[in-house]
Amino acid sequence: MLWQLDLVILTLVVATAIGAVAIKDLLGSAILFGAYSFMMCLLWAIMGAVDVAFTEASVGAGVSTVFFVAAVFRTTRRTKD
Amino acid sequence: MKFLGIIVVVITGALLVYTTGDFPSWSDPASPASTHVSPHYIEKGMHETAAPNIVTAVLADYRGFDTLFETTVVFCAGVVCFFLLRIPGRSPFTECQYRHKATGITVRVKHDRKMSGSFGEFERIDTLWTPHDLIIQTACRILIPFIQLFALYVIAHGHHSPGGGFQGGVILGASIILLAISHDLRTALDRLGEKAHAILCSVGVLVYAGTGAVCMVLGFNFLDYGALARILHVDPVMARSHGILVVEVGVGLAVMAALIWIYSNVSSRGNYDEGL
Repeated sequence: MLWQLDLVILTLVVATAIGAVAIKDLLGSAILFGAYSFMMCLLWAIMGAVDVAFTEASVGAGVSTVFFVAAVFRTTRRTKD
Repeated sequence: MKFLGIIVVVITGALLVYTTGDFPSWSDPASPASTHVSPHYIEKGMHETAAPNIVTAVLADYRGFDTLFETTVVFCAGVVCFFLLRIPGRSPFTECQYRHKATGITVRVKHDRKMSGSFGEFERIDTLWTPHDLIIQTACRILIPFIQLFALYVIAHGHHSPGGGFQGGVILGASIILLAISHDLRTALDRLGEKAHAILCSVGVLVYAGTGAVCMVLGFNFLDYGALARILHVDPVMARSHGILVVEVGVGLAVMAALIWIYSNVSSRGNYDEGL
C-alpha cells in the first residue's frame, strides 16, 4: 500500500483523537469520534483485516455515534472542564 | 490535578510507544502469533468447517466460547441500560403537541383535557425536536428495507465474505434506529415494541447457548457443531458449517435487539415516549 496514504490516515487518526478529547462542545466530540472510527476502519482495511474494518465501520462510526448524540441530546452540550 | 493527569498520560503513552518497538514487524511469518495456531486455521479450516472465510470459522467455531461470552456482554449492556434508565409508568410530560396533518398547524393539549373532534387528523409530535421533513421521511422509508435486506445478506453470507452475525445485527439495529431518527421514537416502537427488544435479546443468547447445549446432549463437547450431523442428516464437516450459521443468527438477533433497546432507553430518558 502507498505509504503516503498510510501517513495521511495515521495523521488524521491522531488529529481526530486529540480533537475529540480537547474540544469543549460534546456534540462536536461525538462527531469527531465518528470520524476517528472511520479512519481506524480505513486503517484496518488497508492492513487486510476486512472483517474488523466492517465491524469498526458499523459499530464505531455508525451506532456508537448515534448513542453519543442521543446522550448529548438528553444531557448537556457543554462540558464542565 | 489536571497537571498530574497529563504527566501520567504522557508517561503511559511513552511507555506504550517504547514497547511497540519489541513487537514483531507487521505480517512477519516468523512471529509467535503466525507460527502457533494460525497455520492450522489456514491449512485445515476449510476442510474442518467448510467455511471459506477463515475469520468466521475462527470466531464462531474454533473460538466459539469467546463469541458466546461477547454476545452475553452485549446482552448485559442492554439489560443494564434498561435497569438504569427505564422509568415505568405514564409519560412525565404534562402537555403534548399535535400537528394537524392537512394544514401543519400545531396545537398543545394538557393531559387532563380531552381533544374534541376527530383524532385521526392530528399526529403527535415531540415537544423538543420537531422538524417535519417529508423528503427525509420518504427517503428513509424507501431506504430501510434495502438496509435490512443487506443486513440479512451479511448474516447469511458470513461464511464466504466479510461479515457475520455481529455486523449484520448491528446493521439491522441501525435500520430501526434510522426509522426512529427520521420519524420519531413512537413510530419505531410501534414496529418493534419494548417487549420484543427484551425477548429477542434473550432469544439470541439462548439460540447460541442452546446450540452448544444440544451438542452436549448428543454426547459431544459444548459448541462442537459436528454433533449436529445426526440431527441435520449431513456429514460432520457440513454440520459444522450449518452450526456456524445457526450461531450467527443468534448473535445477530441479540446484537440487533440490544442496540435498539439501548437506543430507546438513552434517547427517551427511559420513559419510551418522546425520543430523539
